[in-house]
Amino acid sequence: MANSSEPAERNSSDNSNLGDENFNLTAIGGTNLWFDQGFTRLVYFFAVITVAVLFMMSWVISHEALPAIKQFGLGFLWGQDWDTGNQIFGALPYIYGSLVSSAIAILFAVPVGIAVALVTSENFLPSSLRTTLAFVVELIAAIPSVIIGLWAIFVFIPVIEPLQKLLSSTLKWIPLFNTEDPSGTNMLTAGIILAIMILPTMAAITRDVLMAIPKELRSASMALGGTRWETIFRVLLPAGFSGMVSAAMLALGRALGETMAVTMVIGNSAQISASLLNPGYTIPSVLANEFAEAEPGLHIGALSYLALILFGVTLAVNIGAVLLVKWVSRKNK
Amino acid sequence: MSASIQSETDESLATELCSPLPTERVIFTYAMNAIAFGLTGLALIPLLSILWEILVRGISGLKSDMFVKAVIDNGFGNAILGTIIMVLIGGILSIPTGIMTGIFLAEFSQTNPITGLVRFISSILTGVPSIVVGVFAYGVIVLVTKGFSAIAGGFALAVIMLPVIILTTEESLKLIPISQRLASAALGATRFQTIFRIVVTAAIPGITTGILLAVARAAGETAPLIFTALFSLDWSEGLLSPTASLPVLIFNLYNDPDPEKSQLVWTTSIVLLGLILCVSILSRLVIRQRRIN
Repeated sequence: MANSSEPAERNSSDNSNLGDENFNLTAIGGTNLWFDQGFTRLVYFFAVITVAVLFMMSWVISHEALPAIKQFGLGFLWGQDWDTGNQIFGALPYIYGSLVSSAIAILFAVPVGIAVALVTSENFLPSSLRTTLAFVVELIAAIPSVIIGLWAIFVFIPVIEPLQKLLSSTLKWIPLFNTEDPSGTNMLTAGIILAIMILPTMAAITRDVLMAIPKELRSASMALGGTRWETIFRVLLPAGFSGMVSAAMLALGRALGETMAVTMVIGNSAQISASLLNPGYTIPSVLANEFAEAEPGLHIGALSYLALILFGVTLAVNIGAVLLVKWVSRKNK
Repeated sequence: MSASIQSETDESLATELCSPLPTERVIFTYAMNAIAFGLTGLALIPLLSILWEILVRGISGLKSDMFVKAVIDNGFGNAILGTIIMVLIGGILSIPTGIMTGIFLAEFSQTNPITGLVRFISSILTGVPSIVVGVFAYGVIVLVTKGFSAIAGGFALAVIMLPVIILTTEESLKLIPISQRLASAALGATRFQTIFRIVVTAAIPGITTGILLAVARAAGETAPLIFTALFSLDWSEGLLSPTASLPVLIFNLYNDPDPEKSQLVWTTSIVLLGLILCVSILSRLVIRQRRIN
């Protein structure tokens, strides 16, 4: 903690430069200095706690997962069985479900998010209306995911189910929709619900990215005769591309870890099938459904192993996004 | 001769400049306008539908005695109490840590090489899935105390609240002009006095906003509570026994065949949503007020 006394030392050296030792105002004792040093240590202590939380989290979860890691090793990643009775566990259906539902979500949320960001950052609308609109879209992020799940089951699925039945009966020759009489709780529904939930992240960050683009770029394009949309497509979107990629990555991180709404609509059946209209299962969903009643030992171990995989993947996605933002802002300087 | 060519080019330039845009460019503009507004409208539908459905389905069943009855008697009193207790525990653990780490990031950043690491870890913590936080709290508290409890749930919520508080505290401390810190130091204040009497005092509205946002987020979390605090149909027996909360109530009972319970789920949703929207709109208004000022 050498830093804590640094300002005091600097002051005293300044004073000695003045050559007046009697006029030294620096405190070298007393309650104030004691407070000051105590406070500095306290601040460091709490900052260290914050850092420790993340490391402790990785350590605790790995520790819980240890029985399963020892038993299955890396083969867990491509094991397809999940049999609590025989104590055989494999993660592939859950990894597959998480990735596919998040991919669907990104597919829907990126174009809609960019559209919302454009409408709220361009001057289509008066500025007060724009901020209100941006605010309202961000409100979606404040709704608890369990309430979105409730809405999805009782309001959204009854609306989307006939459409999905139509899709499966007319486009059955496409493997993506090859399901007999889909039930409404399936991968596609989960993906759409996830898209709704990650939309605010995508829209808000893209809006910030677009508003940070220098005015000169837009003016130059307009001066060359570009219309608004030509400017957007050839100047603004390319200029903001890396920012939007990191927005999509942050949104992806949210989608991968989203639990409640997905658990309620994905159908919770561990299978790998090409059809999006079949039910699936994701890592967070199986944790939510089985963890509380799991047997200590291999079952808890396997679930913790899944949590560790999820933790690792979202960590990688988020670190990637943060590094991308840093790299972009350094490049812009 | 040259004068006539000059006037010809002028004329063609003038006609080109004054001619309307080619049809395909006009169509492109209108089509893109329509697509952008259409997609934005599409984005608003779910929000409006959620608010409307929750309001319509929930408000008819709302009775004042529900606030004091337990779930087993078709009320949600024990769930509200559980949510409040766990958010309180979360706040007690995360607010001091969060504010102190925020102070560290905003005030100690020049003198320290590890600030970058702390800030990086805070922003990474924001992205950790809440269910993973639940597994963490399970390992730290449930396995040690050998039982599901409000303490474990509160601990999980604290981990979720922490990064929100850190990042908003740092932001609001950085808004305080450096001249105020210099003025305070010039009057002979120590770093502790400057930070607490000048900087933090001036940043209190911003810090409050951060705490409110964190509370709103924690109050709506279900995933970290289902296997840390679990649930109880009746009033909880204490901090070390399973405790109900509003979100877990919704999750556990949404499939219940009893019509009274399914009505209870909608009513609980309206209470929870109302609570959270009030807190988060309030906190955003505080920010906006300060931006205008």
